[in-house]
Amino acid sequence: MGLPVPTTLAAHGSVDQRELARIARQIRVDSLKMTFKAASGHPGGSMSEADLLAALYFGGWLRVDPKNPKAADRDRFILSKGHCCPGLYSALSQKGFFPREELWNFRKVGHLLQGHSDLKVPGVDMSAGSLGMGLSFGNGAALMGRLDGKDYRVYVMLGDGECQEGNIWEGAMTSAHQKIDNLCAIVDYNKIQIEGFVKDIKNPEPFADKWEAFGWNAIEIDGHDFGEISAALREARETKGMPTVIIAHTLKGKGVSFTENKNEYHGRALTEDEMKRAMAELKEPWP
Amino acid sequence: MSSLPVFEKGKGFPTRDGYGKGLLLEGRRDPRIIALDADLVESTRAHWFAKEFPKRFWNMGISEQDMICTAAGMASTGKVVFASTFAIFTERAFEQTRNAVARPKLNVKIVGSHGGIMTGEDGASAQCIEDVAAYRSLPNMAVVVPADAVEAEKAVHAMAERDGPCYLKMTRAKVPVLFEDSYRFEFGKGQRLREGAHLTIGACGALVSESLAAADVLAKQGIEVEVLNLASVKPLDRELILASVAKTRCMMTAEDHTVIGGLGGAVAELLSEELPTPLLRVGMQDRFAESGTPADLYAKYGFNTAGIVESARQALKKKR
Repeated sequence: MGLPVPTTLAAHGSVDQRELARIARQIRVDSLKMTFKAASGHPGGSMSEADLLAALYFGGWLRVDPKNPKAADRDRFILSKGHCCPGLYSALSQKGFFPREELWNFRKVGHLLQGHSDLKVPGVDMSAGSLGMGLSFGNGAALMGRLDGKDYRVYVMLGDGECQEGNIWEGAMTSAHQKIDNLCAIVDYNKIQIEGFVKDIKNPEPFADKWEAFGWNAIEIDGHDFGEISAALREARETKGMPTVIIAHTLKGKGVSFTENKNEYHGRALTEDEMKRAMAELKEPWP
Repeated sequence: MSSLPVFEKGKGFPTRDGYGKGLLLEGRRDPRIIALDADLVESTRAHWFAKEFPKRFWNMGISEQDMICTAAGMASTGKVVFASTFAIFTERAFEQTRNAVARPKLNVKIVGSHGGIMTGEDGASAQCIEDVAAYRSLPNMAVVVPADAVEAEKAVHAMAERDGPCYLKMTRAKVPVLFEDSYRFEFGKGQRLREGAHLTIGACGALVSESLAAADVLAKQGIEVEVLNLASVKPLDRELILASVAKTRCMMTAEDHTVIGGLGGAVAELLSEELPTPLLRVGMQDRFAESGTPADLYAKYGFNTAGIVESARQALKKKR
């Protein structure tokens, strides 16, 4: 294998949880700052996925090399809910894929960081933005890993509202039919989509039952508990002959009291006054 | 494989046979070639490849959106992925093609068989007459409508070599073989198949051979028609078209497709910007067709030799 195995790989889940929490906090801070400076974007889902991203990128799960972002043997991370790219961009910048200064030019003309995740960005493995496509895309990458005898794994982050797309369930049938066990889907189940609660708009429940009926190993966890995240990722890695989905129960806008569990912050930046209050809560100097 | 067809001049083959043969030959030449299909494997002729390379072929079931996104994910690892189904069903995944394939410029080659009203008896739901317009509108996407099975086969090779997405449109029914096996397809290159001074007919797909037959008829009436094969609808052979109309000063396009946005649209855009020229577009006149045999439909909608002869006479009346 061309990729160095991260030193933490041998000890999945034993990474200091305080360190992961520090990184996740930075993802939330960055997501709010990026969207504030861009005066647009999607902070709510970036904050709900922050702990999952921290665990994947810094908990020893994703074998990626910032110095060789297109390495053929790398693990893939597909952010199917591409609007939550502020969280991903923050994680990638913290990992060293590109300078952190790029974050402050998010969504600005002539700059690297597009409003939805884009393959041009070092470390990004799929151009996303339109919902429903990432699971099938991940299946394609996973099948090629199997064909080429590579041992990389593919992680696909899905939104809960996104699972209203039929394309997701076409992909879910393919994953199970082809027994794609080198792929793990993770649903950031924050219960909120742009116009309200998912259960009111088109309820995915019984959610885990649906995945199981489609032939998946489904695991439900608290998506803000690093111990549970790590245990689920380990189970996914050890489950053979079928794909695994981790349904991660999360809180939209997690980390700032007034953004939590509100659809209002799905797709808008904070106001100046809100930024002051949010940064104070996160103990981040501002402005 | 012994069952592979040999495309002899004077015989007729569906252009999808050219796809199937080309795909198999490319598969033998290039291990990066992967093929997907959506439960129409025999109909699209992907089955020759599937039989010889079962590990590099997936039948994705009746899930075109899944097929296109899976193809994109495969291409993201360095593969060259051909994804085939009926032309009309590729459109089910149009937005997936736009966002997961064209925008990141991935090496996915979309292959639509059973294009045009030539699909016949299945009726308007299956007769794809707007795919060229749709795919032509996408940045990074090339669009090819081969005139015969040989050109389809050779286009597959060019598509495999080209870095980026392509759309290939094929016929269900037989069309006459026009090209020798030594023919080489090039993107952005058309061919002058017949010289003439009075009118240029630019055609693609099945209407190339109909246009050639019409030119024979018109020659007997003293009308000399120049016939261009414009299989590479995008990129278009601008120089060939402009040079031809500089001589004939009258243009007609002929395609089994709506006149809006396809070859006719592309030529209209070119001429109106570069060399305004009287133009008549043969194609579906902003309407759907119906069930019928290909021959009956071609007669009714003016796509057969007699129809093109009549349209050519109308086109000449526009000449100033």
